[in-house]
Amino acid sequence: MQSTSDEVLIGRIANGDRLAMQVLYARYHVRVFRFVVRLVRDESTAEDLISEVFLDVWRQAGRFEGRSAVSTWLLAIARFKSLSALRRRPDEELDEETAGAIEDPSDDPATALEKKDKSVMLRKCLAGLSAEHREIIDLVYYHEKSVEEVAEIVGIPENTVKTRMFYARKRLAELLKSEGIERGWP
Amino acid sequence: MNTISKEPERHEIEALLPWHAAGTLSRRDADRVEQALAGDRELARRYDLVREELAETIHLNETLGAPSARAMEKLFAAIDAEEARAPRRRRSVDLGSRISEFLSGLTPRTLAWSATVAAVAIVLQAAVIATVMVKEPGAPSGPGLASASSEGSYAVVRFAPQATANDITNFLGAYKATLVEGPLNMGGQLYRIRLSETKLPKEEVGKIVRQMQSESKVVGFVAAKE
Repeated sequence: MQSTSDEVLIGRIANGDRLAMQVLYARYHVRVFRFVVRLVRDESTAEDLISEVFLDVWRQAGRFEGRSAVSTWLLAIARFKSLSALRRRPDEELDEETAGAIEDPSDDPATALEKKDKSVMLRKCLAGLSAEHREIIDLVYYHEKSVEEVAEIVGIPENTVKTRMFYARKRLAELLKSEGIERGWP
Repeated sequence: MNTISKEPERHEIEALLPWHAAGTLSRRDADRVEQALAGDRELARRYDLVREELAETIHLNETLGAPSARAMEKLFAAIDAEEARAPRRRRSVDLGSRISEFLSGLTPRTLAWSATVAAVAIVLQAAVIATVMVKEPGAPSGPGLASASSEGSYAVVRFAPQATANDITNFLGAYKATLVEGPLNMGGQLYRIRLSETKLPKEEVGKIVRQMQSESKVVGFVAAKE
């Protein structure tokens, strides 16, 4: 089982096993990086942050109790680090709506053609969601986290997880509608 | 098709659709959603929307790339600095347990988040075998453990990805072979094994190697090495 072997690795890391750390890093660094880069929107910052995330794992492995999956623990640390980094640079953080507008070029012929591609537009609108909504969409759809796991990572009640996901999807539908794609929901 | 008559229940089911699409619901909830989908055309249409979102979210994330080697270098530089300041006391664990624990978690089947990660894991698995078997300080001697020496007869082997610790141990034991060096290549999959402590005739080495080549469950490649 993946979870069992992850726990074994954490046990070894707690004992100072550098190789186990390399294995854990190889296993998760890409996913953690993608989660972080979607939050902070800057690859260089995201790279710095994942080093910090895994350094925390190295330091805190002895305190990992195995009550959640290792991947859930990693994402929770990554989220905390990302939000801390964002708080340190409030002036640099783009408003999400502004960012969405920047990514939307004028309606030249190429753009008009692109807009016909629903998939492309869906990805564009996913990128244009607020950090809060991007986060929950990513955790559920990409990181395959259950309601309970999302609640643990984000630090909100399970019912709030469902509600937030609903509003994230609703906002996505609104963005699509503004781009001329009517989904008939909500 | 009928729609779900109770609106609150429909809302509850609809809220679960993203997790149903991602396959992260409990069996009980998944069954509830499946039943509802079978009887409610509008809900099924909305589920299709969820599946579109899921597919494009994966697509979007997969285009984000991966961190450069700088992130890993920075991490291990920080770890080295910490260890230099205050090294941790290592727990003593027997060799067999170490190999079994690692290999149990490092087969491609259980690892793969992606083919890339799985490939990395196979390489790391090979590195683990080599590191544990060859470099473990104070590890007991036995099958698979020896120091590199120029005496004797040798072969180069790449173990099959699906080979377990037991398979490898049994294989080495059956041929009275010992693992003396590895990984030899950058990919980390080739190992030098000693077939005999004395120099065997070339024909005899060839015979042993041919026998080893037939053990495809454990060995992916084997060749005599001078």
